[in-house]
Amino acid sequence: MAQTYRSQLVDPLIDNNPITLQVLGICSALAVTSSMSVAFVMSLAVISVTGFSSLFISMLRNQIPNSIRIIVQMVVIASLVILVDQVLKAYAYEISKTLSVFVGLIITNCIVMGRAEAFAMKNPPVASFIDGVGNGMGYGLLLMVVSFFRELFGSGSLFGVTILETVNNGGWYVPNGLLLLPPSAFFVIGLLIWAIRTWKPGQVEEREYRIQAVEAH
Amino acid sequence: MPEDNMPEETGRKGPIRRFLDAPPDSVGKTIFVAVALCLVASMVVSAAAVALRPVQDANRLIDKRVNILQVAGVYDENVAVNDAFEAFEPHVLELDSGTYSDQFDIETFDELAASDDPAIVRALDEDPAGLGGQMDAYRMIYLLRDEAGALDKVILPIEGYGLWSTLYGFIALEENGNDIYGLQFYQHGETPGLGAEVDNPRWKALWNGKKLFAEDGDLAITVAKAPPPEGAEYFVDALAGATLTSVGVDNLVRFWMGEAGYGAFLERLKAGEVG
Repeated sequence: MAQTYRSQLVDPLIDNNPITLQVLGICSALAVTSSMSVAFVMSLAVISVTGFSSLFISMLRNQIPNSIRIIVQMVVIASLVILVDQVLKAYAYEISKTLSVFVGLIITNCIVMGRAEAFAMKNPPVASFIDGVGNGMGYGLLLMVVSFFRELFGSGSLFGVTILETVNNGGWYVPNGLLLLPPSAFFVIGLLIWAIRTWKPGQVEEREYRIQAVEAH
Repeated sequence: MPEDNMPEETGRKGPIRRFLDAPPDSVGKTIFVAVALCLVASMVVSAAAVALRPVQDANRLIDKRVNILQVAGVYDENVAVNDAFEAFEPHVLELDSGTYSDQFDIETFDELAASDDPAIVRALDEDPAGLGGQMDAYRMIYLLRDEAGALDKVILPIEGYGLWSTLYGFIALEENGNDIYGLQFYQHGETPGLGAEVDNPRWKALWNGKKLFAEDGDLAITVAKAPPPEGAEYFVDALAGATLTSVGVDNLVRFWMGEAGYGAFLERLKAGEVG
């Protein structure tokens, strides 16, 4: 196998990040990044779902009929998501109240399905598990970075601890309300993609077309 | 590929082995995999739901009780929630008459109310609080008594639609049925930082000491951006950047404190008939 376990785990963090390079899983990245603690629990949930769904799908891969493979993957993923949701409701009630519907929406997160279809269907269980965890961590890392900026400048706090005293609470910082709304995550993610591709030009996609020089007549 | 073409000598393998070796794309195997997977998945999911249900229910109950304690201003992190909650006296209130109803069991009333049982639901012609055109005709309310046993505070559940979600909460009133002690929501899905500022302690503190009814007996409490020309004691400043949530809170408070809500009960409370 070309990839070592270590590279499987580390590559998706920056070099092959599911959000910034593959541009998958954007919707939930917009929704849950307005506070860091919520983003953190969401990251853990996604890491466990991608890891275990890849593991189980890989264990079943030789038995899954090709004609129903997508729906089989969906069933495995959906069951795991419901499990995570139930566990959160039982043991992290406060957080699950804020995450509300977004835990359920992990089912539709393209990263989970993408790893199941692209990797776990063709690779042994342990490698698939590590690949799933790695990609979940790549997603989680980006979530944490985005929510760092959104919470710090949108609410003046980090993990709910006040850093910049906001005007509402008698401080000096006027929070940027736009950062609390989902569209701001587009800007933050866009800027991050720009920064990463400037740092690692190898990630820049090749142009699909080239403007031709005007021919002289 | 017909699967019954296996040579005789594979008889040494058990039937399970033979089945696993069969090509996954045959019709029989496709159906088997689909059915088996659904069975296993549904068992796992329902086992988790059933096993975790008691913990989840306990969480929900404690969360609700914490909110009742907080809205009444008696919450203390160091005291076990369920012990502190013993101080409260629950009653099932019939909204129309404003009197206690004893046709329900207090213990199981919450489940009944959550079940949308048609027997305890009534339709609404006007629905300013966005309750979906119907409301419960009975509500569980909580009384808090002072040490002498006299009525101190009344905690009433309220709910209504904000911008994205229904806000569920409690309002605590003084024993005169007019002064607000506190207001707090325990469940909502408003925008963090904007509408969700209904949870901001500084905003919640604004409710303390406000009055529901003007001296002529009209419902006067409002949540608005600018103070009305007179009567600051009936006015709660709206949340900045959350106009629709503020309008929702205004609507739901006025609805529940009005005739369709706790109006009849509040009349009795003001008249001192509730003991």
